[in-house]
Amino acid sequence: MNDLIDAWRERVCTAAAAGGSIAIRGGGTKAFYGRTVVGEPLDTRACRGIVNYEPSELVVTVRAGTPLAELEALLAEHGQMLAFEPPRFAPGGTVGGCVAAGLAGPRRAAVGGVRDFVLGLRMMDGRGDLLRFGGEVMKNVAGYDVSRAMAGSLGTLGLIVVVSLKVLPRPPAEASLSFELDEATALHRLNAWGGQPLPISASVWRDGVLTLRLSGAVAAVDAALRGLGGERLPSAPADALWAGLRDHTDAFFAGDLPLWRLSVPGDALAVALPGTQLVEWGGAQRWLRSTAPAADIRARTAALGGHATLFRHGDRSGDVFHPLPAPMRALQRNLKHAFDPAGVFSPGRLYEGL
Amino acid sequence: MSGNAPDASGLGHAERDFSKVDKRRLIAALARVLPPASLLHDPEDLRPYECDGMAALRQLPLVVALPETEAEVADILRICAEQAVPVVARGAGTGLSGGAQPHRFGLVLSLARFKKILQIDAHARRAVVQPGVRNLAISEAAAPYGLYYAPDPSSQIACTIGGNVAENSGGVHCLKYGLTLHNLLKVRGVTMAGDVLEFGSLALDAPGYDLLPLVTGSEGMLAVVTEVTVKLTPRPQLARCVLAAFDDVVKAGDAVAAIIAAGIIPAGLEMMDQPATAAVEEFVHAGYPLDAQAILLCEADGTPEEVAEEIARVRALLEASGATEVRVSSDEAERMRFWAGRKAAFPAAGRISPDYYCMDGTIPRKRLGEMLQAIQAMERKYAMRCINVFHAGDGNLHPLILFDANRPGDQHTAEAFGAEILELSVALGGTITGEHGVGIEKINQMCSQFATPEILAFHRVKAAFDPAGLLNPGKAIPTLNRCAEYGRERMGSTRPPAHPDLPRF
Repeated sequence: MNDLIDAWRERVCTAAAAGGSIAIRGGGTKAFYGRTVVGEPLDTRACRGIVNYEPSELVVTVRAGTPLAELEALLAEHGQMLAFEPPRFAPGGTVGGCVAAGLAGPRRAAVGGVRDFVLGLRMMDGRGDLLRFGGEVMKNVAGYDVSRAMAGSLGTLGLIVVVSLKVLPRPPAEASLSFELDEATALHRLNAWGGQPLPISASVWRDGVLTLRLSGAVAAVDAALRGLGGERLPSAPADALWAGLRDHTDAFFAGDLPLWRLSVPGDALAVALPGTQLVEWGGAQRWLRSTAPAADIRARTAALGGHATLFRHGDRSGDVFHPLPAPMRALQRNLKHAFDPAGVFSPGRLYEGL
Repeated sequence: MSGNAPDASGLGHAERDFSKVDKRRLIAALARVLPPASLLHDPEDLRPYECDGMAALRQLPLVVALPETEAEVADILRICAEQAVPVVARGAGTGLSGGAQPHRFGLVLSLARFKKILQIDAHARRAVVQPGVRNLAISEAAAPYGLYYAPDPSSQIACTIGGNVAENSGGVHCLKYGLTLHNLLKVRGVTMAGDVLEFGSLALDAPGYDLLPLVTGSEGMLAVVTEVTVKLTPRPQLARCVLAAFDDVVKAGDAVAAIIAAGIIPAGLEMMDQPATAAVEEFVHAGYPLDAQAILLCEADGTPEEVAEEIARVRALLEASGATEVRVSSDEAERMRFWAGRKAAFPAAGRISPDYYCMDGTIPRKRLGEMLQAIQAMERKYAMRCINVFHAGDGNLHPLILFDANRPGDQHTAEAFGAEILELSVALGGTITGEHGVGIEKINQMCSQFATPEILAFHRVKAAFDPAGLLNPGKAIPTLNRCAEYGRERMGSTRPPAHPDLPRF
């Protein structure tokens, strides 16, 4: 592994000296995401393998190029999981890519996102220095929490080499329920239920139907099933539904109409933009297929207290992520410069200049 | 390692010299933006600010400012930036690591007047509060809606949410409910340049780099927090606690691993060794078994059905792990009694010893037995007693080293003992601080946990937010010069915390 690290360091330092750039790439399953990236590809997949896994510690430490499927299979053998349900989009995604993209699936609103499960990592910065932040323990406040800030940075701050993630036991029981409700009523119910100690682990609303997934202790799921009413889904179609939402294999995500991800407060009103819509995360994530002008979509989302991402398709050369206020943009540039002064890593993938 | 040369700027090498700060000029400028009652500079008025919860480190600042609005905070920061004055933000001053210790040539920015709860939105399960609001006050305000703010550091009756953000505070329920970071939506803060920024958002994420985890736990080094939006959690219908006794600490450690391995995430999972149990039993009469080498407290919460199911599983696991006795709380009074002993551990230490020094390392749970044996060996080496209480569920240890500061050499011995525990925590794959922060107290041990490239990276992160290095200088992140000196000399005295009346666990 040291030879590989040395080779990477040489590439990084050479690129930094020559004003070149490197596009970090794992399985390429999320290549569609973010802005068009420039730079010579650096494939992380030779850096693979589980470094440490102790189920009773609830921690797994994995090299960045390890296939996500391999990690998830190992965890499943021990009755555990990546609770944030990273989307897989296509076979071949890596753990490093999962962390760098920072994307979470249906369980996000119930348990937290990628960054909430990152405990530590080793990364190479734009100077070729190997840095270790965080660790393998749950509570650790020594130094700035750089490892969590790497989640969602899309390979623009550094090259993730090894990452430690908190894992959770798979819930003993799971059941799904559906209700016929209009959007406003569904949003209201989701928020009202969120204020009760119910084991809701996922939700989706579209076309007048709200579906909930309940996960937890057998007794808790049974009690919630009795209390909530609705129509129970058989487990096979329910599993297929949640997998389709997680991996975007659901028919909603097919075709090449621009796909917008609107991240809004869970209690925000209906988005009311032209196009078709799918609501997840208890109301906090609204997917929109729409050809409406980006400015309109961003303005409406911002008015609701959220931000809009052109998640897939459409123009990838302009702003894909929501524009930042000027002081925040300056701060983010400072941070990029702190880790990658020559601008080597995946330049422009997140924003122009980052 | 290539690329490891120091920055041309010398960033992170030496402490900056602030001795040229002109107190009169500073006061004159501040008096133009603050009413007289918001600006303290007579030594008598400054006295209450001379230390935080780490009372042995006392230092008067030049000035204390007590702004009431965000605009005043921004004005103060701009003035201090202009005059190159260090700024130390302060909440309730309950921190245990000296993070709010004043700077000799600096200003203390007290957020004590930011104590409004701006909004409790029960439908959206969030609260918008000012940084000076006490942790417990949020839960009290949310209680009528069946909601609460989950992180519960032991000082929660006094500590403020702004301080919790600065320290990324924990508590006894972290394993299930997360740290401060996991319960925040948005933090609004002002940078040294006077810019107002928002980290996070009311949605579940924000565009660009996720700076919320950087700001949370940054010990007042990156921005001054002026508003915090927290998540509120539905209060569980029921909680019950299991108390188990073991004749061997290693067996108790194995029982912890067995519970987690069985797929159970308890609401709380705490351990105490025999000397700690004896100390608290004498103090609070919780009914703990005194012959046990270790006791475990395991709490289940949720619906009555869920709790019954979990308690039954936990009891079976504890018995299979060799517990000599297992008791389950039958009502709320008994549950509180089980916890009373654990929560009284720090005052009990204060009762059996003139002074104590509380450590805060975290280690992988599986190394617990090893750590305890090593601490026993250190007790013999330093001829000093140590009682041990742990947040066993997440591996966070609070060894309490007992000493007498009036006995010559004791203070120094306790520090050396503590430093050895922290360094062993790092060697066992853990960290020097799980929840109390680095502050000034553990700044030398940072040099054990991190190598030069990481220390430099931390200084660069700070410079991205605060290029002139004026926010809380000298805390949390050591200079490279300090790391070079560490080992040759020890820092000044460290005494046990102030606020002896506050619960600490």
